[in-house]
Amino acid sequence: MTLALLFAALLAIGCVVAVALPFLREPEPESDDLDELDEPERRRLALLEARDRALASLRELEFDHRTGTVSDEDYRALVGSLRRDAARSLQALEREGSIRSTEMPMNEERPAGERIS
Amino acid sequence: MAELGRAALLVTLGLSTYALVAGAAAARLGRRRLAHSAQNALVAAFASTLVAAVVLLAALLRNDFSFTYVARTTSEALPTAYTISAFWGGQEGSLLLWLLVLTGFGAVAVRLNRRWARDLIVWVVPVFAAVAVFFSFLVVVVASPFATQAAPPDGAGMTPSLQNPYMLAHPPLLYLGYVGLTVPFAFALGALLSGRTDERWLVATRRWTLFAWTALGIGQLLGAHWAYVEVGWGGYYAWDPVENAALMPWLAATAFLHSVMIQEKRGMLRVWNVLLVILAFSLSLFGTFLTRSGVVNSIHSFTQSSIGPWFLAFIAVVVAVSVGLMLARLPLLRSPTRLESPVSREAAFLYNNLLLLALCLTILWGVVYPLLSEAVRGEAVVLGREYYDFFLRMFGLPLLLLMGIGPLVAWRRASLKSLLTTFRWPTGVALVTGAVLLVLGAGSSIPGLVAYTFSAFVTATIVLEFGRGTRARKALGATSWPGAFSSLIARNRRRYGGYVVHASIVLLAVGIVGSSAFDSVAEKRLEPGQSLEIADYTLVYRSLDERVAANATEIRATLDVERGGRDLGTLQAGKNAYTIEEQVSNEVGIRSDPLTGEDLFVIAEQIDPDGTVYFRVFVKPLVNLIWAAGLVFLLGSLITLWPDAREQRRLAERTREIGVPATR
Repeated sequence: MTLALLFAALLAIGCVVAVALPFLREPEPESDDLDELDEPERRRLALLEARDRALASLRELEFDHRTGTVSDEDYRALVGSLRRDAARSLQALEREGSIRSTEMPMNEERPAGERIS
Repeated sequence: MAELGRAALLVTLGLSTYALVAGAAAARLGRRRLAHSAQNALVAAFASTLVAAVVLLAALLRNDFSFTYVARTTSEALPTAYTISAFWGGQEGSLLLWLLVLTGFGAVAVRLNRRWARDLIVWVVPVFAAVAVFFSFLVVVVASPFATQAAPPDGAGMTPSLQNPYMLAHPPLLYLGYVGLTVPFAFALGALLSGRTDERWLVATRRWTLFAWTALGIGQLLGAHWAYVEVGWGGYYAWDPVENAALMPWLAATAFLHSVMIQEKRGMLRVWNVLLVILAFSLSLFGTFLTRSGVVNSIHSFTQSSIGPWFLAFIAVVVAVSVGLMLARLPLLRSPTRLESPVSREAAFLYNNLLLLALCLTILWGVVYPLLSEAVRGEAVVLGREYYDFFLRMFGLPLLLLMGIGPLVAWRRASLKSLLTTFRWPTGVALVTGAVLLVLGAGSSIPGLVAYTFSAFVTATIVLEFGRGTRARKALGATSWPGAFSSLIARNRRRYGGYVVHASIVLLAVGIVGSSAFDSVAEKRLEPGQSLEIADYTLVYRSLDERVAANATEIRATLDVERGGRDLGTLQAGKNAYTIEEQVSNEVGIRSDPLTGEDLFVIAEQIDPDGTVYFRVFVKPLVNLIWAAGLVFLLGSLITLWPDAREQRRLAERTREIGVPATR
């Protein structure tokens, strides 16, 4: 009984320490704000996803055409629009990049905890 | 040590509640340290639940009957393996297992994704915590595994049908599946709450969903094999409510795994995918509720308890909150693209989704109908096998056909001319197979004949896809044919692993149809020396023997088996009388033919004191393909689950490009 309660007390203390750890490690941080994506970053993420989607679709179409799953006729009908999609998403990313570069240097990582918006 | 178990669960409840409240506050107010603290609370909740689990396991192994749970589910004579399986054999233990797996999965999923999707994770934590609060509340307040009593000299023992090696794996796998579906649910809700409805929640949960789906699938197959060899009624799936309880979330997750590909490829079906995740999770809760509440009459419902209303209330809250949230976020879930043609791969996936969902909801209706009819008319009307079989044929056969059609249709749109060219070989193979089977007499079951024809079609498309893909990889520079084959799979694990899973479904369909539509059955009361004939088998009843084992008295009838005049040896079938549990179980005799996949299945239905036995005998063609399908399914799932280095690099590149730390 006593041993069980002792174990239970140790467990509870351990858990409290684990929960309090972020506050014990940084009692007075420079910033306690969550590091969230700002609006331009979210826009860029959407564009990157669109780019990856377009490029993956193009790769899959090329392979399906090579295997014969997609006929020459269907390939010709589809490849143009897929290439245009890929080109559009790349251009959109470039535009976004040039806008960003006027706001902050490209590829600069923000320190954890710093909010931009 | 019961106090330690109780205290540990109380700590889990406290930590989960803290993770819920602090996590929600941190996400709402944008507080970093508070968010990390809530994440730590979730991890600590796993640690404290683990302590509780160890206490229960130790009590089981020590046969400490002062624990009410241990006394109710085990006995001194119970073999150690089944004593361990008693952990999940009863209600309180299985709820503790739910909580243990939930907090474990939550801690790992949050840790793995806390850097690259940190703005999403802050909202995922309180969702996980909310589910953990519910389950820890149940095991602390409603159904504690640590209730104590004055220790009786021996326990009540375990239900005989649960004393089977399959019970060591079947329930934990189902629980891994049920609980695993919490991960996509938590991330989907986290995405809705945070407004981050980009692809990250899908990427973070893809493998978790696949894992849960695989565990549910394998768990169900093991359960079916357990029913086949242990329950002793001559079948493996009875459309029992508890069996259906595991099938429904699996069907919803299957639909999700297909439709999520459309979102990834085309950015479509975003609302649909969230809806499927909510449905799969709600059905996994409903499955636990059905199994554990005792609300429905089932051979698998081993408990009658008071947790039903709590579960129903929680399911109602989950559905209301998540659907409400989804509706509130509809503008964010708008798809940037539209379906271009009804003849395209995405359209085929959509049809597949609609059929899977229709089948799932039909089964759900069959499960809840007795409850509704009892509530409305005061009489529980159970929908029988015919109801389920009808809808399985209605929705299952087109689904089987779509498995062959989908992979051969181009994304976006396909021309009729192209389709005719692409499908000529699979269609030819299917028609020839159908014609040959018709000549061989398979026309006695039209649905069976159609299923076999469709199976041949799907098999041909799978072979064609692997063959053409390997040839293409060889042409692209692979040094050898095996090299080309492995490179084909390695470069697109999801696609080709998916085909392997499709092959397993074909095996499953062939096995189910063979053993149900083309089986034979014979029943006869035999005295020693008398015989029974079925198909081309002759069985001669020779003797009846009795022996006392550790925890049961075993009575076995021995039969000589001949086939077409050839001696196949002997087969034993009988019953076990469990002394402590005061129950009797059927112990069936099965002779499998490894070449044809056929089983001769003997049940000693009634054993009379004068030594006569009433036998029921089945011949089940191709039934072993069902179990073989499990191995192929596992192989396909493993291929799909295996980490893809190129995909990881692409994701790392993407996160680097927006300036978020790439470490996942």
